[in-house]
Amino acid sequence: MATQHSRAAARIMISPAVLLLLGWMIIPLSMTLYFSFLRYNLLIPGMEEWTGFTNYEFFLTDPAFFAALTNTLLLVGGVLLITIVGGVLLALLLDQPFWGQGIVRILVIAPFFVMPTVSALVWKNMFMNPVNGLFAYFAKFLGLQPFDFLAHAPLFSIILIVAWQWLPFATLILLTALQSLDSEQLEAAEMDGAGFLNRFVFIMVPHLARSITVVILIQTIFLLSVFAEILVTTNGGPGYASTNLTYLIYAQSLLQFDVGGGSAGGVVAIILANIVAVFLMRMIGKNLEA
Amino acid sequence: MAREVSNRRKALVTVCAWAIGIAIFFPILWTVLTSFKTEAEAIASPPSFLFFDWTLENYSTVQERSDYFRHFANSVIISFGSTLLGLLIAIPAAWSMAFVPGKRTKDVLMWMLSTKMLPPVGVLIPIYLLFRDSGLLDTRIGLVLVLTLINLPIIIWMLFTYFREIPGEILEAARMDGAELWEEIVYVLTPMAIPGIASTLLLNIILSWNEAFWTLNLTAVDAAPLTAFIASYSSPEGLFYAKLSAASTMAIAPILIIGWFSQKQLVRGLTFGAVK
Repeated sequence: MATQHSRAAARIMISPAVLLLLGWMIIPLSMTLYFSFLRYNLLIPGMEEWTGFTNYEFFLTDPAFFAALTNTLLLVGGVLLITIVGGVLLALLLDQPFWGQGIVRILVIAPFFVMPTVSALVWKNMFMNPVNGLFAYFAKFLGLQPFDFLAHAPLFSIILIVAWQWLPFATLILLTALQSLDSEQLEAAEMDGAGFLNRFVFIMVPHLARSITVVILIQTIFLLSVFAEILVTTNGGPGYASTNLTYLIYAQSLLQFDVGGGSAGGVVAIILANIVAVFLMRMIGKNLEA
Repeated sequence: MAREVSNRRKALVTVCAWAIGIAIFFPILWTVLTSFKTEAEAIASPPSFLFFDWTLENYSTVQERSDYFRHFANSVIISFGSTLLGLLIAIPAAWSMAFVPGKRTKDVLMWMLSTKMLPPVGVLIPIYLLFRDSGLLDTRIGLVLVLTLINLPIIIWMLFTYFREIPGEILEAARMDGAELWEEIVYVLTPMAIPGIASTLLLNIILSWNEAFWTLNLTAVDAAPLTAFIASYSSPEGLFYAKLSAASTMAIAPILIIGWFSQKQLVRGLTFGAVK
């Protein structure tokens, strides 16, 4: 159906987007790669020299790297676990008939629209602050010692904040998927004597598999790059307790002005993200076909 | 009898759902309430929920001290600018992939999505240095460019999934009826494409409004949007809860309202049409 002529037109229409994305990928990436082999500090300009793999050696043997890698995995894994388990349960609840469905939906989806700096600061100051925070008030009310969340459990606190932001997203997608489930199938299973657990495991979970995949994919893209929440709450501390890879590389590049070291870190982050991406793309490729 | 049981069940679900809904929404509600308190009431123990002297003082203080409206204007310019520019580039691309799919269309789409997986921190230094050397640091035009590029794959994907659902036969029918190409575009395609374009627009404005990696790293004063404006409250002003709350409320209110209106499109948009 498509003629030679329309094919040529299509190619012209698509080329600005392709060229821009290609440039956006290749130019900065090759610069990062090049810088990563240089000794290059913004504070001592003009002293750049080729150092081979020294930057990588320093970056990869730095204990901070291992801490940041662990924290990144814990952060992504923790948030995914909370949002998916919580999202499935919440979606099952909201899928039941009840009064005020529309309003509850609006309440539940709201945190997704809150910008990261606002949610992090509100949680940090008004809830988790050990003196004036609301949690401290409840602890005192119950006769307990207020807990200093961000000082004693910084990563866990950040996981909670980020999970609060993403729970609505998971819930909304899973709820949409549940609502598209054929209710006759469920009723038939119920008549055949399948209890709720059986219906859940054998009908709902397989039906939800695809949407859970999508939730994992999209959240992972965003969660690997969590930055603002750490910047405004803990600055990665105490020590490296809440530093993820993104924050570590940012600190090395723009706080210590170590362009070489930061670039080596950037290359490592890109490689790690690509490993994750290969798995995810394969998953989405398979699932989107179905 | 059965009816009564189901009503009791419905009441139970209603109570649970509302309790959880309010709990999830509570931090936002609490922020809005605190923004109308005085600083003393904001940290009062026990905290007062509704019975305090409502005041608008915090809002005027925030505007006076840190010029909310300038940051608001920056957020509007950056999020709308990058979204419109993105649409301008994405519409022809998504259009041609949806209506004239080639052998490699799927590969191109997957490749575009994969550029989104490039961690931003991996290209932070080059972008920072390029911006510094070309005078784009702390400018709105610089941020518009970066946000356009990082959202472009998502915009193309969303549009593609919407366009793909416009039946190609309708074009042939129009052509049979003797429609010119421009008539085809104006009278047949555009009306069918507008809903998809509109929801892509809304979603990308939300994403750009809340983007907080590039906006924090590439701005200082002049071009700082609301994300950076709030970050400046991290300390020590953050300890003034009422003012922090007023600033936060003003930063999230516009997008919260847009978000609620677009929640129906949110799911299919953000899942690239995989979940509807």
